[in-house]
Amino acid sequence: MIVAERKPLEEILGTVTPYGKVLVLGCGSCVTVCLSGGEKQAEELAVILNLAARQKGLKLQAEFDCIMRQCDKEFVANLKKDPKQYDAVLSIACGVGVGFMSEQFPDVPFLPGLNTTFHGAGSAPGLWKEYCHGCGDCLLAWTGGICPIARCAKSLINGTCGGTKEGKCEVSKDIDCAWYLIYKRLEQLGRLDQYRKLRPPVHWGKDRSAGPRRLTHKELAEIQEVTKQ
Amino acid sequence: MSAPVSKLQATLQAGQFVVTAEIGPPKGTNIEPAIHEAEKYLKRDSIAAVNVTDIQTAVMRASSLVGCKLLLDRGIEPVLQMVTRDRNRLALQSDLLSAYILGIRNVLALTGDHVTMGDHPGAKAVYDLDSVGLIQAMSNLEKGTDMGLDMKGNPNKLDGSPAFLKGCVVTPCADCVEPQIIKLEKKVEAGAQFCQTQAVYDPAAFEKFMKQAEHIRVPVLVGIVVLKSAGMARYMNANVPGVVVPKAILKELADAPKDGVQKKSVEISAGLIRDMKPMCQGAHIMPLGWDHLVPQIIEHAALL
Repeated sequence: MIVAERKPLEEILGTVTPYGKVLVLGCGSCVTVCLSGGEKQAEELAVILNLAARQKGLKLQAEFDCIMRQCDKEFVANLKKDPKQYDAVLSIACGVGVGFMSEQFPDVPFLPGLNTTFHGAGSAPGLWKEYCHGCGDCLLAWTGGICPIARCAKSLINGTCGGTKEGKCEVSKDIDCAWYLIYKRLEQLGRLDQYRKLRPPVHWGKDRSAGPRRLTHKELAEIQEVTKQ
Repeated sequence: MSAPVSKLQATLQAGQFVVTAEIGPPKGTNIEPAIHEAEKYLKRDSIAAVNVTDIQTAVMRASSLVGCKLLLDRGIEPVLQMVTRDRNRLALQSDLLSAYILGIRNVLALTGDHVTMGDHPGAKAVYDLDSVGLIQAMSNLEKGTDMGLDMKGNPNKLDGSPAFLKGCVVTPCADCVEPQIIKLEKKVEAGAQFCQTQAVYDPAAFEKFMKQAEHIRVPVLVGIVVLKSAGMARYMNANVPGVVVPKAILKELADAPKDGVQKKSVEISAGLIRDMKPMCQGAHIMPLGWDHLVPQIIEHAALL
C-alpha cells in the first residue's frame, strides 16, 4: 500500500486560504488503512479547517466527501459532491490520487493535504514501514524477501557497509540494517550462497532515471478499441 | 606477477610490512597547511603512500583528487579515496580517468558515510554504485571499456586505459563479522588488491578476524586511528560502528597527564602496531591532523 501522512495544519491553511468553498476529499483505500486520508480524516479535517477559519476570520468554508479510490476513473462517478461546485478541492489521497483527480477536473484546483511517503505496510500497531521502492527490477528472489533498495539507507546491493551496529543502521537506531536482516534470513533459509553472489550494478533506468514510467497491456487496449466500434 | 603500477604495490609485492598514512583536505581553499604537514612528516621512506579522504564523514570539503595531485607534486605517493555516496557512475568513471591522467595510481573504494551523518543532511545521497560496483568499474576501465554500451550493445571502448592498484576497506571488529568477510570476498572477486581496515584497538579481535579471513588472499593493512583523548575514545565507542576501544586503553588515556597525552597516544598506536604486525601485511595510520606524531609512532613500533 501507499503510506502517507497529513501535512502540518499551518501548511494546509496556507494553501487553502485564498479559496472560499473547499471540498476535503478522502480516499477509501491505502490512506484509509494508514489512518491519514480516509472518510473519517476528511470529516475531521473539514471541522478543523472551519474552526481555524472562524478563529482567523477567513472566508474559508470546508465540506467533505470520500470515494473508494481517487486513482481510478470508475469511482469518480461515486462522488456525492461535485468538485466543480467548489473553489478548490483539498485531496487527502496520496499524490497519485491528487494528480489523477486534477486530471479529471482540469478546471478545479486540487491541493494536496498529505505528504506521500512510501510503499509500505503496517508492521506493528500504529507503525508503518517502507518495504518497496518501486525500482522496476525486483531483487527479492535473492535477498530473502527483504529489499535492499528500499530498506538499506544506501540501497547497497552487495552486502552490509561498515556502518552497521547491533543490527541497526548508522543513520538511526530506529532503522534495522537491511543487510543484517538479509544475512539472518538467508542463513535461516540455508541460502547464504545468495549473499555471496557478486551482483552487477543496478540498472537505474528502470527506476526513475529514465523518466516517468508506464505500464501497457496491449490486449486490454485492443479490447476497448473493439468495444467502442 | 605484472609490473607494479605504484610504489605501494611494489612494497606490497616485496612482502615488506607496509605503512600508509592519511590526510584530509580542508573545508575551504586553504589546503597548503595540510600539504605542508604531509611533506614535513609523512614524506619518508618508511611510509609507502598517503591516503587522501573523500568528503570524509559527509562533511563538505575540498576533493580527494586535488589533495592527491598536490601530494604527487611534492613527491608523495597518494592513495585516492573514492566514495560512491556523492557521484554517479558517469562522474566516478570520469574521475578515475582524470586521476590516472594526473598520475594517481592507487585508489581506495568506499561506500562512504551516509549524508545524514554529515553537515549537509538535505543533500541527495547518490549511491548509484556500491563499493563493489566501483571496484568493478575500475576493473572494466583497466580492460579498456567503461560501464556503458554502444549502439550494438557492446561495452564502449576507451581511448587509452588506466591501470590502478585497487584497494578496499573492511571493519574487522564489527559485532557481526561474517557479513563483513563475505563483502570483502566480493570486493576481491571484483578486483580489489589490498585492504585497509577500520580502526582496530583490540589485537585479539583482529587476530580472530584475520583467521576467519585467511582464505582471502589480499594484503591487509590494519587501521590505526590515533586517539587524541579519553573523550574521543568514549565517543568512538558510543558512536562509531565497528570500533571498540578497550577499557585498558581508555584508562591509559584518562590517566595521562595533560601534557603527556600525545606521548601516550604515540605509545598506544605503536603498541597496537607491534602487537598486530605478525598478523597482517601493514598498518594504515590515520592521525586525524596529528601528522607530527606519525614518525614517532613508526619509530616506537620499531618499523624503521
